[in-house]
Amino acid sequence: MTNKNNISTFSDQPTLSERQQQALKCAIQEGLPIDARPYLVLANIIGGNEQQVINCIEEWINNGLIKRFGLVIKHHKLGYNANAMVVWNVPDQQVDEIGERIKQSGLVTLCYRRPRRLPEWNYNLFCMIHGKDRNQVLDQLNQLKDACQLSDIKHDILFSYKQFKQCGGRFHKQHSEPHATQWDPNKKAINHG
Amino acid sequence: MDEINRKIINQLQRGFPICERPYEEAAKTLDITESDLISRIESLLEDKTLTRFGPMYQIEKAGGAFTLAAMTIPESEFDKVAEQVNAFPEIAHNYERAHKLNMWFVLGTENPNEIASTIKRIEDKTGYKVYNMPKLEEFYVGLYFPV
Repeated sequence: MTNKNNISTFSDQPTLSERQQQALKCAIQEGLPIDARPYLVLANIIGGNEQQVINCIEEWINNGLIKRFGLVIKHHKLGYNANAMVVWNVPDQQVDEIGERIKQSGLVTLCYRRPRRLPEWNYNLFCMIHGKDRNQVLDQLNQLKDACQLSDIKHDILFSYKQFKQCGGRFHKQHSEPHATQWDPNKKAINHG
Repeated sequence: MDEINRKIINQLQRGFPICERPYEEAAKTLDITESDLISRIESLLEDKTLTRFGPMYQIEKAGGAFTLAAMTIPESEFDKVAEQVNAFPEIAHNYERAHKLNMWFVLGTENPNEIASTIKRIEDKTGYKVYNMPKLEEFYVGLYFPV
């Protein structure tokens, strides 16, 4: 993290020490305390004050360390049962332009450029489409092709059959609980889409 | 799910206030009381509609690394290999997908050097090749699920 005041341990200092910041990252990764003054609870845990904690989290959001701060939902539980990875073989010089178009469309949840792995894999642009069922995902893919003029681009759609394991990206693996696998061997093809 | 929970989920996926009384602040915009919001979030966590309530870190900014990797595994071996792969604590999630490359997983490590060594260990353990497909460019991340 930032190196500001990393030797300071006084609670009235404007910035938390490096060590307090580390402790704060660990303390919030499992979730914000469900308490009317959650940042005060955190301040007490790490030995800082409430305002320092608030400033620090704000800074992490501003500098991008925290990508999103809010609810993390279990999407299957809310009926989002289909997810498909849609992959495209885009001419290298067009990737930026097409990636930007896909971003603007609002029809995907993720869009990344990744390397080809020839000869087995010749796709270089990856999107995720989440939907309530397979047809909704396919509809959305068709809309995407129209909206972004992608009909001529070779692509493939990889629906998921079953999910074995899911946990959010955690900051420190030693602080995350062992992740129970959600796959039940007795229910072989749990159809997620 | 009632209308208020729906609103809570839609709105608080977008963000959460950072101030002394954030639940009170959020409750105001939802037209409910602070204590109502707190107890609703508690029960949504309890019935596992929510996995977590808090930050999603950008792991690369925190010095860590993520990658997407894939393998081609014969159907008869799939369950065995899935178990071997998932035993690695670096595996964040793992899906079987409809393609010749049929096992797709995300690896997360605390520092970027560990990606290659973890992949090597997975190959050694399973006997199958791992195709590493790290992110080269991010165009969009907008995981948002309206209900």
